Amino acid sequence: MQRNPQLNAQGELQHLLSIEGLPREILGQILDTAESFVGVTEREVKKVPLLRGKSVFNLFFEPSTRTRTTFEIAAKRLSADVINLNIALSSQTKGESLLDTVANLSAMQADIFVVRHASSGAPFLIARHVKPHEHVVNAGDGRHAHPTQGLLDLYTIRHYKKDFSRLTVAIIGDVLHSRVARSLIQGLTTLGAPQVRVIAPQTLLPSGVEALGVKVFHDMRAGLRDCDVVVMLRLQNERMKGAMLPSAQEYFKNYGLTAEKLALAREDAIVMHPGPMNRGVEIDSSVADGPHSVILPQVTFGIAVRMAVMSIVAG
Amino acid sequence: MKLPDAEQLCEQLAAELRPRLTPSSAMIGLYTGGAWLAERLHALLGLATPLGLMDIAFYRDDYHAQGLHHDPKRTKIAFDVNGRELLLVDDVLYTGRTVRAAMNELFDYGRPASIALVVLADRGGRELPICAQYCGARLDVPSGMRLRLKREANGKLALALEPSRAA
Repeated sequence: MQRNPQLNAQGELQHLLSIEGLPREILGQILDTAESFVGVTEREVKKVPLLRGKSVFNLFFEPSTRTRTTFEIAAKRLSADVINLNIALSSQTKGESLLDTVANLSAMQADIFVVRHASSGAPFLIARHVKPHEHVVNAGDGRHAHPTQGLLDLYTIRHYKKDFSRLTVAIIGDVLHSRVARSLIQGLTTLGAPQVRVIAPQTLLPSGVEALGVKVFHDMRAGLRDCDVVVMLRLQNERMKGAMLPSAQEYFKNYGLTAEKLALAREDAIVMHPGPMNRGVEIDSSVADGPHSVILPQVTFGIAVRMAVMSIVAG
Repeated sequence: MKLPDAEQLCEQLAAELRPRLTPSSAMIGLYTGGAWLAERLHALLGLATPLGLMDIAFYRDDYHAQGLHHDPKRTKIAFDVNGRELLLVDDVLYTGRTVRAAMNELFDYGRPASIALVVLADRGGRELPICAQYCGARLDVPSGMRLRLKREANGKLALALEPSRAA
């Protein structure tokens, strides 16, 4: 059997490409390390010297504000030098291949590549071709995976709920196009969450989604009952143009999270959203800004989680 | 090799520290052994400032060779470091590299008035110009061995000698 491409012969994390196939111990190590970094981010001097002298290249072949910015902040807080590449304006548009781009950056002494790409598997391709001292962190590839988002979701859940072993988690919305959902489901399963539900219309669910170990609901009210954690997914506006959904109003009526529907979940339920939010489409403002929402803490935790990932792969 | 009684050394250190305390004294213990010792000294001395606990994993000088320590603890310092007379507590002083890392981390919290190093045992073998102002015992430990503090189930502290992992 082929070794997991993310791990070295000693089973240590070399690249973070996907949560899929990562052992529970590695997930635990990342979350524990992130917890220590949360302490660093609460200090006046929010920097540690771990990656001093290292270069982190942010390679974003697809637009992103939050993820790119939080990776940049994370790398800077580890004292790395950060180089942001806006690929849409670079050689790729002149026809350079992905691997040639990476080879050139490697010649500029890169240590970590943070890669976001519209094609599923692009970070895996890069990881197969980098030098032994270079590391790849997947910042979202196609519909496939977004492991650091999944990890920060897991971190947030653990922060508020302490333990995964009795949790019911509902993931609601466009699961079909969501790399976030896929990564989170894999992480929750690995960490032993007993019940993960997905709530969505049939048209927004991948076929065979049950194989991921989730329980499918089409009725949001039934699915929300007794949930500890509610994860809303962004409804990508472009989906609305296709034949997948009738209208934003109709979607909000059936699958939008309102205070009235949230009342069906547990009293101490938390509401998460990976952002960017469409208020009034998948989530009502009163919930997004309400007492159950942990959407902004998610962003803050995301920095610590990305610090943990980069310092573990590069160490 | 006969090791001294850690409980006794602890009492001895507390007695030595007591007359030197001032209103701006505060204590910080280094995980894991130093934190145990500091917890004990902090209680014996009845310090008013909360005990600080520090993990120097993010400041180690062997990160590039060894990688990140697997289970870093969260550093907790719940008082303003600026202007404090700090007592930095560790169980065993050896190469001095841990203390160097701890001082670097401390200065990311502020500028203390002074730092004094308190250790239960000094085993020699210094690789940096660092010394302890308060030292329970001086021991001559061969380089292939590791001297460390253990805490038993009943909370009792004891020094232990074992072959070092690298050896």
